Amino acid sequence: MKAYTKFVAIGAIALGLGIGMAACSSGPKEIVIGGVGPVTGEAATFGVSTKNAYEMAIAEWNANKGINGKQLKLVFADDKGDPTEGATVYTKLIQQDKVVAIVGTVMSKVSLAGAPICQSSGIPMISPTSTNPKVTEVGDFIFRACFIDPFQGTVGAQFAFNDLGAKKAAALFDSGNDYAKGLSEFFKAKFEELGGAGSVVAFEGHASGTTDFKAQLTKILAAKPDVLYVSDYYQDVALIAKQARELGFKGPMVGGDGWDSPDLVKIGGAAVENGFFTNHYSAEDTRPIVQDFVKKYTAKYGAAPDALATLGYDAMTLMLDAIKRAGKTDGKSIRDALKAADLAVVSGQVKFDASRNPVKSAVIIEIKDGKQVYKTTVNP
Amino acid sequence: MGSTLAQQIINVLQLGSIYALIALGYTMVYGIVRLINFAHGDFFMVGAYVAYAVFYAFNAYIGAGSPLAFLALAIAMIGGAAIAMLSNQLAYKPLRYKPKLSSLVTAIGVSMFLEYFFSAFPLIGPSQRGFPEILPKQMYTIFGAEISNYVILDLAVAATLMVGLTFLIQKTSLGRAMRAVSQDKDAAKLMGINVESIITATFLIGGAFAGAAGLLAGLTYPRIQPYMGILPGLKAFIAAVVGGIGNVPGAMLGAYILALADNINDTYISQFSNLLAFLILIAILLIRPTGILGEKTADKI
Repeated sequence: MKAYTKFVAIGAIALGLGIGMAACSSGPKEIVIGGVGPVTGEAATFGVSTKNAYEMAIAEWNANKGINGKQLKLVFADDKGDPTEGATVYTKLIQQDKVVAIVGTVMSKVSLAGAPICQSSGIPMISPTSTNPKVTEVGDFIFRACFIDPFQGTVGAQFAFNDLGAKKAAALFDSGNDYAKGLSEFFKAKFEELGGAGSVVAFEGHASGTTDFKAQLTKILAAKPDVLYVSDYYQDVALIAKQARELGFKGPMVGGDGWDSPDLVKIGGAAVENGFFTNHYSAEDTRPIVQDFVKKYTAKYGAAPDALATLGYDAMTLMLDAIKRAGKTDGKSIRDALKAADLAVVSGQVKFDASRNPVKSAVIIEIKDGKQVYKTTVNP
Repeated sequence: MGSTLAQQIINVLQLGSIYALIALGYTMVYGIVRLINFAHGDFFMVGAYVAYAVFYAFNAYIGAGSPLAFLALAIAMIGGAAIAMLSNQLAYKPLRYKPKLSSLVTAIGVSMFLEYFFSAFPLIGPSQRGFPEILPKQMYTIFGAEISNYVILDLAVAATLMVGLTFLIQKTSLGRAMRAVSQDKDAAKLMGINVESIITATFLIGGAFAGAAGLLAGLTYPRIQPYMGILPGLKAFIAAVVGGIGNVPGAMLGAYILALADNINDTYISQFSNLLAFLILIAILLIRPTGILGEKTADKI
């Protein structure tokens, strides 16, 4: 399978170079953008939201006279949530449809199949939602519109220190889970930067699949933290919250987007009240750009946009803005313009760091009376 | 510091009680039929689901409280016993006098069957469920330790069942017959003991204990799912081996030792999950393979 992907990639370079040069000279009347997402398969709902958002962004730009007088054309391809299929459609977009840039795709494993093809063809790519750090490590043509997971730990620490006024924090996480561990490590680093060395009074792991957290919690509570950072997924968070409250912890708890499930309140009940978690976006965010987007999307598709739609829209906006600023449609110019981006999009103000990951704001959601309520937006 | 120590002691006793109830079934079945019943952790899971069903069937009539909790306990024990007896009759009995390995592999099969059947069964499904508060929770502070009525219930049920089991094994004719079968099956048969019915009784008791543990774990750690028995089952198995597999007081002792090991592990080296539990298992197997209270027995021919 790997050999096949490589073969396709080499083919893409060979054909892409030849045909690409021929196409450039004729000066096309429209700019063709590739869009990729899984509209069928295991992540179908993710793909549909993403595709809706791409189309909406393209339609808006076209209604606004396109880019430099040229109309935009979106060629959408379904990757089916499958890496092999992903490699095929990326190649097809570059070779047959001669796209100048690709926006996609949703799942990290598929983006990892598409990214080397874009990189070797010199076509800039931006993934809306692939959080795996490896995606942008493929090369300097690969960007993403979402923050990578551990970044949430940084934001969580800022929120705990600045907004909750915590002076001492403790963290508890699943030591067998990279997501949870990464978040907690970033939380610790940022909190100690803000509160000084020793301000994280306990930093404890637990086994995957365990249900008893009392040993760690008893130790944590003996150190009297003001805030407890729990970077696990919701099913563990609910149990940890219950046991922490049982052991007498009354302070706030903070976590990441692993909390984002109705089951958190179903299992955790009153124990998860006074809980806060970081997320990419909230439809309740009061900033005008968010409310405007929510209104337009809801009017067009009959449902409020989820995080995937928002990030899909933002990824497309970032790419189109870069093409506009580049003034040209060759890969290198678009890439350089994208690198220099500093743009307010729905999910926040975006700049790219050296690894082409966005540095941007996150929203804080509070669990209040069993419901998720938008609390605030935290800028890094 | 005093309150932290008191709290940790309570934590160990609570976790140890749940391990003990599971470990007893492991050790009893091994003692009688020399079978490591890997499906035992899943009997525990069945008990938790039975208790869950009892709550939703009777909550409207009785309401949460002690009577409902005892009804749930009784029916969870019956449920655990029933699934243990069924496993014995359908899976283990036909292989009784076949090579030991057949039964062992069958036990793994029964375990996987229960897990996957429950997760495929539409009424249960693979996702987690919150376990209801069958008993309204109350908190007490004793010596600076926070103790809920669930802790007291866990300890009380485990202690009662363990004392009851010890009495049954030491003082009743059924217990005498069980001890006889565990020592020498053939001689027991010659003495007029119905070996198969003693084996059935052992599975029933072991299953009932696992069912009780299922209810207690559901209450204490209110999240149930079809794979919830795997980790506690493994820990209870280690506890049984540490105490001396086949030895009833050994299983109780092993369970509390293992809970203490887990607690120390999670308190001091929490990022190395379960390290101490498995180190203890390796150490016991190297130094004293028969376990702390186990007796050395020559293999019978």
